[in-house]
Amino acid sequence: MSVRAIGAPRSQQSAETTQWFECNEATHCRPRLHSSPYNKGAMVAATAYEPVIGLEVHVQLQTKSKMFCGCSAAYAGAEPNTHVCPVCMALPGVLPVINRQAVEYAFMAGLALNCEIPEASKFDRKNYPYPDLVKGYQISQYDRPFNVNGWIDIDVDGETRRIGITRAHLEEDTAKLTHKRERGSLRSLVDLNRAGVPLLEIVSEPDIRSPAEGRAYLQKLRLTVQTLGVSTGNMEEGAMRCDVNVSLRPVGTERFGTKVEVKNLNSARSVQRALEYEMIRQAEVLERGERVAQETRGWDDDRGITVSQRSKEDAHDYRYFPEPDLPPIFVGREWVDELRARLPELPDARRERYMRDFGLSHYDAVQLTSSLGTSTYFESVIARYANPKIVANWIQGELFRVARSLNVEVEGTRVTPDHLAELLTLVDDGTVSQAMAKGILEEVAQSGQPPKALIAERGLAQISDTSELDRAVAEAIAANPQAAADYKAGKTSAMGFLTGQVMKATRGKANPGVVNDLLKRQLDRI
Amino acid sequence: MALHELTIHESLAELRAGNISSVELTDAYLERIAQVDPQVQAYLTVTADRARADAHRADEARARGEEAPLLGVPIALKDIFCTTGIETTCASRILKGFVPPYDATVVAKLAEAGAVLLGKTNMDEFAMGSSTENSAFMATHNPWDLDRVPGGSSGGSAAAVAAGLAAAALGTDTGGSIRQPAALCGVVGIKPTYGRVSRYGVIAFASSLDQVGPFARNVADCALMLRTISGQDPFDSTSLPEPVPDYAARLDGDLHGMRIGIPDEYFVAGMEPGVETAVRRAIDTLVELGAEVGAVSLPHSQYALATYYLIAPAEASANLARYDSVKYGYRAPHVKSVEDSYMRSRGEGFGTEVKRRIRLGTYALSSGYYDAYYLKAQKVRTLIKADFDAAFQRFDALVAPTSPSVAFPLGARTQDPLTMYLSDVCTLPPSLAGLPALSMPCGLSDGLPVGLQIIGPALGEETILRVAAAYERASDWRPTIPAIG
Repeated sequence: MSVRAIGAPRSQQSAETTQWFECNEATHCRPRLHSSPYNKGAMVAATAYEPVIGLEVHVQLQTKSKMFCGCSAAYAGAEPNTHVCPVCMALPGVLPVINRQAVEYAFMAGLALNCEIPEASKFDRKNYPYPDLVKGYQISQYDRPFNVNGWIDIDVDGETRRIGITRAHLEEDTAKLTHKRERGSLRSLVDLNRAGVPLLEIVSEPDIRSPAEGRAYLQKLRLTVQTLGVSTGNMEEGAMRCDVNVSLRPVGTERFGTKVEVKNLNSARSVQRALEYEMIRQAEVLERGERVAQETRGWDDDRGITVSQRSKEDAHDYRYFPEPDLPPIFVGREWVDELRARLPELPDARRERYMRDFGLSHYDAVQLTSSLGTSTYFESVIARYANPKIVANWIQGELFRVARSLNVEVEGTRVTPDHLAELLTLVDDGTVSQAMAKGILEEVAQSGQPPKALIAERGLAQISDTSELDRAVAEAIAANPQAAADYKAGKTSAMGFLTGQVMKATRGKANPGVVNDLLKRQLDRI
Repeated sequence: MALHELTIHESLAELRAGNISSVELTDAYLERIAQVDPQVQAYLTVTADRARADAHRADEARARGEEAPLLGVPIALKDIFCTTGIETTCASRILKGFVPPYDATVVAKLAEAGAVLLGKTNMDEFAMGSSTENSAFMATHNPWDLDRVPGGSSGGSAAAVAAGLAAAALGTDTGGSIRQPAALCGVVGIKPTYGRVSRYGVIAFASSLDQVGPFARNVADCALMLRTISGQDPFDSTSLPEPVPDYAARLDGDLHGMRIGIPDEYFVAGMEPGVETAVRRAIDTLVELGAEVGAVSLPHSQYALATYYLIAPAEASANLARYDSVKYGYRAPHVKSVEDSYMRSRGEGFGTEVKRRIRLGTYALSSGYYDAYYLKAQKVRTLIKADFDAAFQRFDALVAPTSPSVAFPLGARTQDPLTMYLSDVCTLPPSLAGLPALSMPCGLSDGLPVGLQIIGPALGEETILRVAAAYERASDWRPTIPAIG
């Protein structure tokens, strides 16, 4: 199988071709490419070129009402066309009115992304005909967006990189189209519930240099808007959507190559996969001595390929002009200062605080602040159990493992912060051993039962009572005279064996520390 | 005097005195419509049942001792205003059968003021035109001469008021669509300051220019109507917050010390001599009334027409994009795809002039042309506004002709859009500057009414209405309903 088949019509594709680009959450794709015996050319091509990547991310803002009317913006699960009014249905004669909350959310996001907020901004009309665009134009922002010249830092493979943000502007979402075949003819249905929901479009500079960075950038944006509380950031539900621009240039050169836009990326994973795919595809084109066509391509997640949708020649002329129905917006410094004061602790600051106040390593702090759910979880636990390092280890070790096995986030497991804090307290007071606690955590994840109740129900409490254990220790020594003799002869490893025998006899419930003490005491008496 | 000849103030006096009921008054208008409108064709829809119900409610309210500024007064609305449950077409085939589920803000305000709705009047399709001949459904005839146009685009409203088919009516003015038909039909019409009246529920033509205003038979009625519909609207972000004065109560005062400018550029080449004579005579009257009259130059006025025909079509090209056959309105039969439906539904649904302006506007906004056309037009617009700012440093109001000609024969200009566009040459500059301007009758030329235009500074409605009222008192013009046919 040669790499030239990549991007060929489905009929010519083998399963093997798409296999190359399958990634799972834990592994990056590139090592797989290298491991394939068939893609040597692609590997050379991919290493000879450097990708130049920029992302355009649309974030639905979590406002009560829509961008320009009073309809509820919380349409998830609603019957089609129930969150509508004359304004968002674009009836003749209606006018938009700006949602102040949406503007404030846009500014808060801009501040969190280190943007400048120009004193004067305005809305513009972006004109294009499509049935999901009820007015025939979208109210957006063209040359005077709310936020400009920002940046965020991302961490990839232990390295921090700063990605520029060109702009973050406010616009309105479109309606949702559903296409279905009915009695032989294709019908398209329009649901206007989403039409007019506020969207923040965040455009990055072409500063991203690898698919993994693209993914990290998107995750950082999501974390930021979630932390701000301005969006759910839920990509599966479409609350966050992403288009990428990617071009290749020979390593060591400055000039940008021809860029290709890839649309329809619905997860951080698909961003990474699509970028990896495009890198190979474009490298192939260049290696053949051909030119990369400037075009828009769509990501097909099932097939793991991008498909050409529109060439540059078909590109829209959006005929932007200032929206005459809305006055320009002048932003006073006081307003910006007030919004800045309202910002919650942002991910970078939180990471620094974890390192400073809790003595966590940079790596641990990055891990614990990588999602809002994890950091919220972490802080809930340490409010009840005041040893942050132990909590950090448990979350990153056991809890991450349990969550991964159940394919959920940490906060999605049945282990609540209360449960974890309780369990760690039980370890400390000797009720259960460290090893038992790990097992109990898994059981809690299964049943959702609090650790204490679970331990009582199963009789799992550790035996630390010396009178009870004295007997078991005496029995173990009696039953294993050779081991006792070995210990007396100076072979300390015999102690481990004897401890194991006591643990076995007590079905693991004995407190190993106490057993050790008792063994020593009894053996010394012999 | 027949009931339909009464002004609003006269009608209100009779109603309040209990001499007549609103039902009687309304029936008189409905009868008059039945009699005369077949010749004038001012109405696209007559809402007789609604009118009688409104009138009945008004009479009941008055019987309970309630009062309202227009309680029981029958009025008409240009078919550009959305009215709940009443077909609203903008005189376009593309909106034939469209029944809005909501009221325009001005419609709600009139209802609250107790007005009785007689019906929806004819207009140029989407308010694009100066003769009402661009209606998809019919032409309206000038009550003064049925072979002539009533002007446009609010020709139906102007003709209805002129012919005694409504006590007053609302129109819209984008580049002269209230003032020019008011002039040609011999009634008073005012286009207020941009933002004075809410545009919510008014079907958009050119959003940065559109304004709502009333037609009435005299200045006092016009002032009363204007006060009723004015004011800030939370549903229109471009509406102005300034309080609304009681215009009708401040019409007295003489013109002593009033400084009135006469812009040279408005006495254009090709102006009909009869129009110029009537306007000059009116200016003489203003001088007699004590006004200090002087010449003023508005040098950028000559670019107003070109500027207007870039900005207005550009905005229209976007405003009319929603008529895409998907949600409401006309859909061509047997369409094969959404593109096919766009092309054919819009191709068949819009009239020639509307399509011409959509093309013009689309072109003016296109990549590579935007700077040369739309952007440049916006800059010239700023210069036109600056001319007025300078003029209003020296003058309280400006006086000029409304239209260079009296009503022209039906069909005379339909083949020549440029000549038709020139009908608005005197009304376009104040529109571009967002200023208030009114037109009132100042005599006849060849038996046809001539319009006098009075232009004020921003929010200067009170001033221009006072000038108009003083002139009205001094002139020999009296509200006249011409004999029809």
